[in-house]
Amino acid sequence: MSAFLAIYLREMMILRRRLKRQLLSISVSPLLYLVTFGFALGGSVKVGDRGYLEFLLPGLISMASMTQAFAIAGEINTARFYFHAFEEFQAAPVSRLSFVLGETLAGLTRAFIAMAVVAILGFLFGVRIHCGPYLLLAAFLNAFAFAALAVAMAMLVKSHADQALLSNFIITPMAFLGGTFFPLDALPAWARTLLQALPLSHASKAIRADAFREAPELAPFIILAACAAAFFCLAMAAVSKARD
Amino acid sequence: MPAAPLLSRSQMIRLRGLSKSYGPLKALDGLDLEVRRGELFAFLGPNGAGKSTTIRILNGITRLDTGEAFIGGVDIRRDPLKAKRLCGMVAQHTSLDGELSVAENLEIHGRLYGMSREDRRRSAREHLEYVEMADRAETLVKTLSGGLKRRLMIARALVHRPRLLFLDEPTVGLDPAIRRRIWSLVKSINRDGVTVFLTTHYIEEAEFLADTVAFVNRGRLLETGPPQDIMGRLGSWAVDTFEGGEMKTRFFRERGEAAECLRGLSESGSLRRVNLEDAFLSLTGRRVA
Repeated sequence: MSAFLAIYLREMMILRRRLKRQLLSISVSPLLYLVTFGFALGGSVKVGDRGYLEFLLPGLISMASMTQAFAIAGEINTARFYFHAFEEFQAAPVSRLSFVLGETLAGLTRAFIAMAVVAILGFLFGVRIHCGPYLLLAAFLNAFAFAALAVAMAMLVKSHADQALLSNFIITPMAFLGGTFFPLDALPAWARTLLQALPLSHASKAIRADAFREAPELAPFIILAACAAAFFCLAMAAVSKARD
Repeated sequence: MPAAPLLSRSQMIRLRGLSKSYGPLKALDGLDLEVRRGELFAFLGPNGAGKSTTIRILNGITRLDTGEAFIGGVDIRRDPLKAKRLCGMVAQHTSLDGELSVAENLEIHGRLYGMSREDRRRSAREHLEYVEMADRAETLVKTLSGGLKRRLMIARALVHRPRLLFLDEPTVGLDPAIRRRIWSLVKSINRDGVTVFLTTHYIEEAEFLADTVAFVNRGRLLETGPPQDIMGRLGSWAVDTFEGGEMKTRFFRERGEAAECLRGLSESGSLRRVNLEDAFLSLTGRRVA
């Protein structure tokens, strides 16, 4: 199993080398969302009895965990298509499990760094939310699921361009429709049902519940865990398929 | 286990009926091959002959369609991870992590092969000295020249102390001086007891380095043996002439016979030693390079 650690440490070495740039890059989107949606537009908007910024912040945490976990796909593809380093892993005595686990945990680490950045930005904007074990568990499952999905997609695409397309078709719609910016309860029943199919909707719901000290529901955790397991299996199969 | 009785202890690689197709294209078409332990073996053929596909299959990067392949007595399909531990590979294109330093690349490689912390550090230091890059340990790989990257790839492939080293076109794109330096390095690695399996389409590289050469064309083995034996079947000397718009070559055992032929020609011609290119051309009608 030391191979899984090698895969993980390699990603961490690369991340450490560009940590400052990475932190700045991670901060841009949530900062813009907080300013535009929270500050400029949301000052007068209330969701239930909460201010919009308070409603928005858990959604942004959920979204950041997804986008940064999925961003590991870009790193894998840089190694695969640009540096050809993926062949080094294929030629080494590294099992599929070690590779997928190492890369998934690297995505998970990136996700938790991003969530910390969003939480700090929220704090600077004067938003205080509760951060309990249920929030962390939901964030963990969400990030694990999207990191595993990222590994699978990175193995299946044939070029960098394909990867960008996938992000546009999977991540961007999910970010806007997965309960980040508005409560799904306000939507018509058919739209609510449709959006329930998105894992991010469940992550947003579970994270928001803990952030607001509400009693957690079991269903979102089960759905997220099922997604994480399914995407992990998909990633394992995709690694086999990547051998030509 | 059918593996044991099939293999002699002196064999490092044994391939039987290896086939691989990419759609309608047959990259390997029933390739049979044997490489002895401790040998410096050159696998020669033109582009698209199946050289890289063979190396990629033996390293587990590409899946074989049919046939069997053993490395050091290990069936690569039954126990791929064990087979991989015996091998080091230097790919045709640079496959280093450009964003990591030289030392970090070797550190990750050692970890991938399950080496202990002390062993991987000592081996990395030794092999960087071996390729004369000890002073570059902290350099970012993306800032290295092509020749240094190639030497680093060789050092990395040796860090886990493999018994078999694959070199896929190790000097392609390098200038002549650096090419010679890589050749010395390859000779030295082989002298230290590592079996070397080299693919190349540089004839002089195979002639200078190899104990045994094998010609491959369109995925099939054409000929294998020591370079001197293969070339010797044609003769020792060659006279090239340009007749009727075509290059023609005649072969001779003795230099005197060749010189006499040259004097008797109405066209201009040139006298030279027979090389592996001649042998390949006589077998296939195609040039290697």
